[in-house]
Amino acid sequence: MAAGPKDENISRKAAPLSDEEVSRLRKDFPVLGLESAGSPLVYLDSATTSQKPQAVIEALAEFYRSQNANVHRGVHRLSQAATAAYEGARKRVAAFLGAGTPDEIVFTRGTTEAINLVAQTYGRRHVGPGDEIVVSAMEHHSNIVPWQLLCEENGAALRVVPINDDGELMFEAFEALLNERTRLVSITHVSNALGTVNPVKRVIERAHAAGVPVLLDGAQSAPHRAVNVAELDCDFFACSGHKMFGPTGIGVLYGKREHLETMPPYQAGGEMVLSVEFERSTYQAPPHRFEAGTPAIAGAIGLGAAVDYLSAVGMGRIAAYERGLLEYGTDLLLEADVRLIGTAKEKAGILSFHMDCAHPHDIAQILDDEGVCIRAGHHCAQPALARFGLSATARASIAFYNTKEDLDALGAGLEKVKRVFG
Amino acid sequence: MADEHALYQRILLEHSRRPRNFREMNDADLTAEGHNPLCGDKLRVYLKMDGEVISEAMFQGSGCAIFKAAASMMTAALEGKTRREACALSETFCNMIDSEPGDPVDIKRLGELVALAGVREYPVRRRCATLPWHTLRAAFETHGRTRSTA
Ligand SMILES: Cc1ncc(COP(=O)(O)O)c(C=O)c1O
Repeated sequence: MAAGPKDENISRKAAPLSDEEVSRLRKDFPVLGLESAGSPLVYLDSATTSQKPQAVIEALAEFYRSQNANVHRGVHRLSQAATAAYEGARKRVAAFLGAGTPDEIVFTRGTTEAINLVAQTYGRRHVGPGDEIVVSAMEHHSNIVPWQLLCEENGAALRVVPINDDGELMFEAFEALLNERTRLVSITHVSNALGTVNPVKRVIERAHAAGVPVLLDGAQSAPHRAVNVAELDCDFFACSGHKMFGPTGIGVLYGKREHLETMPPYQAGGEMVLSVEFERSTYQAPPHRFEAGTPAIAGAIGLGAAVDYLSAVGMGRIAAYERGLLEYGTDLLLEADVRLIGTAKEKAGILSFHMDCAHPHDIAQILDDEGVCIRAGHHCAQPALARFGLSATARASIAFYNTKEDLDALGAGLEKVKRVFG
Repeated sequence: MADEHALYQRILLEHSRRPRNFREMNDADLTAEGHNPLCGDKLRVYLKMDGEVISEAMFQGSGCAIFKAAASMMTAALEGKTRREACALSETFCNMIDSEPGDPVDIKRLGELVALAGVREYPVRRRCATLPWHTLRAAFETHGRTRSTA
């Protein structure tokens, strides 16, 4: 299996997937061949959750068909096979994200749990009264609320980096927020509501210069661009399998070994302990210290298959292709005379928009009649939308299996929206 | 439109484009706020009472077309009704919304409100239609409390 390209500059130079390659790849995704409401299904909601290639579906089925056993607790061969497959998936994910060692990869239920894990372990240990945690105004609720809970509990304060009218992070304001009380910067790599790609390398350098560790919410970056956590030098990185063309119920927390080793356990139970006596228990080393109970074994194996699939296609080529689609979609929406929400210079394949004539739910409903799936609502990023005076947007999101035809279907659907509501 | 959309019927669109009684009432006798946190629909219902009779009903708020039309049609239907009649109508309406597509509807009692029957085929939109009515009941029950339908 190939490791992800070393840095973003390499991915920029990669050639985009060709239309022929994409139409071949689309055949790997059974759902993309379905019809909806009598039209071919047009799936433009991958930021919410992605579709799964046959390789992932087959990996899940194959595990249950021929390897199913619990992990780390059997002498029998079947359990050994399951353990090898589970730990093999950890190695694949480590390589995919550019982690130094698989021990830095903790399997979680998803991004949400990964962030909560850091808040409840690292956070509880290092954040005290008067301390500060820095997030941005474009965060997903799952990168806000865990910190609010921690702050309430420990008497700390949440500081918010503002964003400008294009939905870009205001870097100088970020720098100004860093001080000797700052204990952590937790920021999204790519915004799910606005599409903004944050200058995370600079954020990390600047935070580190002030002695502050950084958590990156990679839910929307890991599926769409090459990520190399060692290169980025982030302290933590969280992502969700289901957005990476893998199964639901599995996600990843990458943590630098030095952090994971000193962090107390998250949940307690089997699997995470070395020995239990009523006087005292001793805990496993990372990553198993943070994986109490029977994990999502099949899910992890499915995620392993997903990152193999992505590596074979090539993250650099995926990013280059999606960039082209984003440009095409942006032009199309501007032509359709909708208001784009999120117009950052560095943007990922997320098209959030507002129409004066129709509420986002009505837009999504009419599009659904045409077989076009988009998301409508606040995208679990209410503060980000409030910044633009909105409580909801319609959002089309792109993955490498989308085509210009998909975006044309969106454009045609929007014409119908205007006919109905205009 | 040549063929009526199952959900966005002509009357409904008409109400959502130009909602009736869509303004604030400063001297309301009863008022309540309703909110659907799932989709962000939000409104305040105002009632002017003449004894037991609703002499004026108004609303303010923002949300989708279904919601707006439902609120507009509700205020139009309320005028001149007693509190009891309004509650009964609310129940009939909410029962219709909760019924199965194709179930008979009480056109005699519901009048133009039956235009919202199409919502039955779109379960996630049901709350858009019932939020104004739930808020109405909140206005009767406790003056001013926020009603959340989540
Ligand atoms: C930026 C971002 N962070 C976090 C999450 C939460 O991910 P999950 O629900 O998979 O835990 C999402 C999902 O929408 C997201 O887009």
